[in-house]
Amino acid sequence: MRGFRWMVVAWLASFGAMSGAGAQTVEIEYWQYVFDARIKAMDELIKRFQAANPTIKVKHTTFPYADYQTKIAAAMPAGQGPDVVQLFYGWLDNFVAAKFIQPLPHDTFPPAMIEKDFYPIVGAMKRDGEYYGLPTAVRSLGLFYNKNLFKEAGLDPANPPKTLDQFLDAAKKTTKRDASGNLLSEGVTLDFPGQDYHWWREVLLRQMGGTPYSPDNRKVAYDSDAGAKALNYYADLQRVQKVGQVGFMDEGQAAFRAGRAAMTVDGTFRLGSFGGIKTFEWGVTELPAGPDGKRSNFASYWVNAITTRPTGAKLEAAKKFLVYLTSPEAMQVWLDMVGELPARKAVAETEKNLSHPIYAPFLKALAYSQATVFVDEMAQRQVSLDMINRVLIQNQDAKAALAEAAKSEQAILDRFYKK
Amino acid sequence: MAKRMVTWLLLLTGGLVMLTPLLYMFSTSLKDASDVYDLRLIPAAPTLDNYVKVLSDGRFLRWFANSIGIATVVTISNVFFDSLVGYTLAKFRFRGRYLVFIAILSTLMIPTEMLVIPWYVMARNFGWLDTYWGIMFPGMMTAFGTFLMKQFFETVPNDFLEAARVDGLNEFAIFWRVAMPLVTPALSALAIFTFLGNWTAFLWPLISTTKRELYTLPVGFASFSGEFQREWEMVMAGASVATIPVLLVFILLQKYIVRGVMLAGIKG
Amino acid sequence: MQLADDGSGGRFWGGLGLRQKQVVWAWAFLAVPILFYALVRFYPTAEAFYIATTNWNLLTKPAFVGLANFERLWDDPVFWKVFRNTVLYLAIGTPVSLLLSFTIAYHLDRVRFMHGFIRALYFLPFLTTAAAMAWVWRWFYQPVPIGFFNDVLVAFGLPQQPFLRSTTQALPAVLAPAIWAGLGFQVVIFLAGLRAIPTTYYEAARIDGVGNLTILRRITLPLLKPTIIFLVVFSSIGFLRIFDQVYNMTSGDPGGPLNATKPLVLMIYQTAFSSFQMGYAAALTVVLFLVLLAVSLMQLRLLRDR
Repeated sequence: MRGFRWMVVAWLASFGAMSGAGAQTVEIEYWQYVFDARIKAMDELIKRFQAANPTIKVKHTTFPYADYQTKIAAAMPAGQGPDVVQLFYGWLDNFVAAKFIQPLPHDTFPPAMIEKDFYPIVGAMKRDGEYYGLPTAVRSLGLFYNKNLFKEAGLDPANPPKTLDQFLDAAKKTTKRDASGNLLSEGVTLDFPGQDYHWWREVLLRQMGGTPYSPDNRKVAYDSDAGAKALNYYADLQRVQKVGQVGFMDEGQAAFRAGRAAMTVDGTFRLGSFGGIKTFEWGVTELPAGPDGKRSNFASYWVNAITTRPTGAKLEAAKKFLVYLTSPEAMQVWLDMVGELPARKAVAETEKNLSHPIYAPFLKALAYSQATVFVDEMAQRQVSLDMINRVLIQNQDAKAALAEAAKSEQAILDRFYKK
Repeated sequence: MAKRMVTWLLLLTGGLVMLTPLLYMFSTSLKDASDVYDLRLIPAAPTLDNYVKVLSDGRFLRWFANSIGIATVVTISNVFFDSLVGYTLAKFRFRGRYLVFIAILSTLMIPTEMLVIPWYVMARNFGWLDTYWGIMFPGMMTAFGTFLMKQFFETVPNDFLEAARVDGLNEFAIFWRVAMPLVTPALSALAIFTFLGNWTAFLWPLISTTKRELYTLPVGFASFSGEFQREWEMVMAGASVATIPVLLVFILLQKYIVRGVMLAGIKG
Repeated sequence: MQLADDGSGGRFWGGLGLRQKQVVWAWAFLAVPILFYALVRFYPTAEAFYIATTNWNLLTKPAFVGLANFERLWDDPVFWKVFRNTVLYLAIGTPVSLLLSFTIAYHLDRVRFMHGFIRALYFLPFLTTAAAMAWVWRWFYQPVPIGFFNDVLVAFGLPQQPFLRSTTQALPAVLAPAIWAGLGFQVVIFLAGLRAIPTTYYEAARIDGVGNLTILRRITLPLLKPTIIFLVVFSSIGFLRIFDQVYNMTSGDPGGPLNATKPLVLMIYQTAFSSFQMGYAAALTVVLFLVLLAVSLMQLRLLRDR
């Protein structure tokens, strides 16, 4: 029923456009997941867009993040869905394979422009030379630290660690245990299911001289000596240096918020939640540099894409809307309301932003960040989680753990690329 | 006598211990976001802010009303249809009776998760998406309720029904006016379990609606959690509030339930 | 014998015998429900069974692959681990919860003072939200000095336990809240069953000088058999289908660590909605269905033996 009605509307709209009667209102539908700040920001953007484009109406549909993929998965085969959709960048391959989204039209989104204005991490949206989506905002990782705990341990809160050695030193100094050796406060949180597995895969691994995947992303490359070094470095934080413990305070961010962790690796998305901390002062700095000064970071983002549904006038409207969503103005609004970093270099690297104590470390990281190309993010994540669990719970040797993980993950990649 | 006292004390203590997680839930709901992780049972600075936020959220009342409405309608439907089918399976002799019973019972063995997508396609084809009917239709009758009622109707002596037949009542009247009143305990039990099940249903209401005005309570609460955020003090406040209606239903129907469940236990 | 005649149907209706009229009524009553179940349950189930023989991944058209999914299942070590977990949930959950609930019901039955209040105390956990309770229980399992359980162990001089961080302890640790939540329901049913036993049996036994334990074994338990069977079957189905507690207790690493806690329903859920491999998920569903069917038919067999 609904599909039929939309078809009629689209038909009429394109008919109207063809006969030059451009006063016809076109309605397009936009889907994203619900979270207060994002909803408010998107409503604001839609308001401004509709004011500037009186003939276009945008219907803003949202649903809870839980089962976001399930929602889309149920809607897709049923032919239901939006004209412009927001999806996690790691899901791109599934959406493209399903012919759910179309490549961005060159007239409004010339690849050359994209490559010039946007951060290189957007390259993860490129398939066979075509860009399939563009983000409004990106997120990266930083090292959060508890200034009060630093002061207590005799460290200078204005001078957070810059290298891995300084980082380890700070962690050791801020770890507190009671008389029986039980952990009271950890130096750094260890939470692979959180952001640590990104830290291992895109930062530590590269800093030890390795890479996670081959350049074409089809082959696993982390089961190398560098991989073992990186994995051992991370695992040793618990096993040898004893500066952290997996599962302490349930989650890393819980430990940090409770003031029981001096440092934690986390992303910009945590700023909202940490902003409510009242019992201590905290700061952020760039992730520590590797042994030879190498810096790396992991960036992720939600992209906006045009689905394969709209044609004619609706497609034009969708294109206009997407242009607006990725405009400098939209990015600034998003930064102010949601706290995510602008995807355009010019918008991000303003004087104001670069000197901002909180945003600056994240922004600087964008210049050297990687966005991993996932084919099945959940499954690949599970492989990494199992790997660290085998090392820490079952005492498996790092090289063996990596080999096993590489085998599983390669199977996932193969199954995907074979299609 | 002393043994009795000890037993009583142990039971009371056991019951209170059973309650401990609930106390933590309640205690967390009274904390400010920054205190959630100090993990104290008694909040250092208790606040009703979370409840205020939850209750004054205009959408919350809407979700609450939706949940109540949907749970009530589905419960009534189950009370009627499950009884009808259970009665038929218990009191009528006809070929295929056992087969029908097994077939209905077998519907308990497929998890909802697998049925959600066919339901979605069906709902879309009939235009039921984003409607209350769309949320309700899969649960209007259940095998659990049918099985329960069948067990209870088997305890109803046939003499009553025969007498009614002799008096000239038609079969439906016999069902409605003679048999049903004899199983009110079972109906109460069915009512509370059906209500509870629908009150907490999440997956299907999530899938079948896109409009926020149609959310049920669990779906609405899920919007307090984002990709990385989980505001536990809000979740706990929401969970506490959500317990209240079910608690009320339980208190009201408690004595019927025990009598009702009692008969189910006997019949096994 | 004069039959009740509601006057409809005329000669045809009047000509039917009592039995036949009953059969007509029966099918009339069943008409709408059967249509409903067919539409809402049987058809989707048949679809699911069909999907199990395809390689559908939600995005491309399904292609028939015969029993390939089942072969994959057979060779999948994760499946066997999950199957083992599911059986463990049943094998540990049902006896432990029934034992606990019976003990509580047995003693609660003899209590008059504040009986209703205590009964309500045990029933309350049944009404709670799984997600909220899982979060609370996770704190209970923390190491010293935060976790309640470890604090108690250490106070008694026993070593701390990793609980959720151990591949051997995780499953029982996740099972505990599930048992805790379901206890009240079982207690109430046992209470009912106990109430139904006529006190004359007990009086006779006392007169004969029989001890409490013997009364329990020879009188109470045999008379409780129908109740016990009822609970065994329903809690078996419940534990075999366990999902909420596991999903919420292991939210960061669902079914972990290392698949130590993953039940079949969780595997189905992930296969269908995270990996979109609907064919494989459907095959797993068929297995679950067969297991549940076997368990339930076993119950009906036992019931009939009475």
